[in-house]
Order: sequence, then C-alpha cells, then structure tokens
Amino acid sequence: MEILYKPWPWYIAGPIIGLTVPILLLLGNKKLGISSTLRQLCAACYPAKLPFLNYDWKKELWNLYFAAGILIGGFLGGVMFGNPNPVVITGTTTMYLKSFGLTDLSGLMPAEIFNWDALITVKGFIVMIVGGFLVGFGTRYAGGCTSGHGIMGLSALQWPSLLATVSFFAGGILFNHFVLPIVLSL
Amino acid sequence: MKNLKFLVVGVVFGLALTKGEAASWYRIQEMFQFQSFHMYGIFMTAVPVGALSIFIIRKFNFRTANGQPVIVPTKTYHHGVIFGGLIFGFGWALTGACPGPLYAQIGAGYLVTVATFVAAMIGTWTYVMVQKYLPD
Repeated sequence: MEILYKPWPWYIAGPIIGLTVPILLLLGNKKLGISSTLRQLCAACYPAKLPFLNYDWKKELWNLYFAAGILIGGFLGGVMFGNPNPVVITGTTTMYLKSFGLTDLSGLMPAEIFNWDALITVKGFIVMIVGGFLVGFGTRYAGGCTSGHGIMGLSALQWPSLLATVSFFAGGILFNHFVLPIVLSL
Repeated sequence: MKNLKFLVVGVVFGLALTKGEAASWYRIQEMFQFQSFHMYGIFMTAVPVGALSIFIIRKFNFRTANGQPVIVPTKTYHHGVIFGGLIFGFGWALTGACPGPLYAQIGAGYLVTVATFVAAMIGTWTYVMVQKYLPD
C-alpha cells in the first residue's frame, strides 16, 4: 500500500491532466480553466458596478464545482495519501534553497516562509500577498492561466495561448533568477 | 446535481496536481532553475494528450454527453496575453502556485494559502478596476 503515498512521476500526472481537456468537453462543452473561478468569486462577492463582474456567474457554476473538486483532490493527495517524505528535488536546487536558509523541504511549500506569522514580515508579505495579487491580476489580464492557456489553449492549438504560455515562463524564469534571490534574502 | 460530475473530474485533477507535485513550491522553483525535467515532462505529456484527444473528437465528430456537437474553444490575441502573462509569471515564481494549485494547497491543509488566494481575488478585482487604463 506504500505506493499510494508515493508521488506520481510526470508521465502519470501529465497525461491525467491532459485528459481533463476532452473529458470536460465531452461532459458538456466545458473549457478547462481555473483562473476564471477567481473572476466568478469576485462577481459573487463584490461585483460593485463593474461590467466585467456583472454577469450571470451562476451560469458557469460547474467551474466552482470543479474547483471544489481540486480542493478535495488536494486533501486526498496531500493529507490522506500525502507523501510522508520531503520532495525529491535535484541536489542543486536543494543547495540553492539551503543558501537562503530553507532547510525543511517537507510538504508542498517551505513552512519557514508560508505561515501566518510570516504574513506580517516583509518577505512573507511579498511572497504570499504580493505574489497572490500578481497571480490574480496577471491571469485575468492574460485571459487565462496555466490551465486555460497552457493546457487547454495549447491543446486546441491556439497561438495566443502559446504566446501566453511563453510569457508565463519568461516572467517566472526572469523573476526566479533576478528578483526571487533578493526577496528570499530579506 | 448536474454539476456533480465536474466535482469528480476536479478531484482527479486535484489529485494529479498534488501527487504529481505540480502544486509544490519546490518543484516550481526547480523548474524555473532548469534543474529537473519533472515539470516540463508534465506539460510535455499533458498538452499532446489534450491535443490528440481534440484531434480524435474532431475526426470522429464525437458529441457531448447530451448530444451536442463539441465546440473547441478559441483564444483571441490581445496584448494582455503577453503583459498579463509576464505579470502572472512573476506571481507564479513567488507563490509557486497557479490558480489550480492554490485550491489544491488549501485542500492539502495549507490554510495560510487562503491568504494568497484572497490576494489573488483582490488582484483579479483590481485588474477589472484598472482594465480600461491598460493596453489591451
């Protein structure tokens, strides 16, 4: 039963993620895309007078069910059948993270940065709050995220999605190499 | 009730994100450092599987569960694809999470991710507010 707790290799996780594209289409012409749930929740919570948020968000309710499913999947994969061992990343990355004082590589994220007390530190605030803000702002501006553009859009051979995905990676790579080291040293 | 099937698909998707470690902050940093094939392997298998499925659906004119023709979505170009894409990339490098993994992380018991999630909602809301001043 130990196999249930082991992480999945990319050649298992990748095809399963890819298969959600046809399954959602066949179940009712639904497009994989998760950042749109952020818009839906905004529309549900505080639409103000913004036209972009005043739409019948309940029509796309399936998306929130899908998101709730991801939450449950996260519980199953992270708690019920969570990997008890630290993530097996390459030694170079381990050393790199260690150079910023990140030694505990257990779970999905470093507890040294991601905790409630850290929210009021400069580093924690930038990583969690500024980071989250940029994710929400950028995905909506781009009209999709890693799933909507990166998986769905690329699967449908949409060239704007290719530009979007290249931009996601360009932004991430630039930031990771030039800005993140400064943030992590704070 | 008709939406329950999407919840089930979401569970499998969330499981793949978590067990495949695509929701792992460490894996995302490792990916941006070009240190491992793992995350690239996920993308390089997910996209061809999705593309091949769409090809098959089109080739054999598969219909949806309730008999409708399948409509494959199109994405139109606007400058936001690049500008927004870069901005999201910065946030991705910080949080180590895109919107899907945010849900998975909260489900996996990282309740502090709720703060990141609310920040993402505020980000989306702010974008909508300033949308008309940005190059589209």
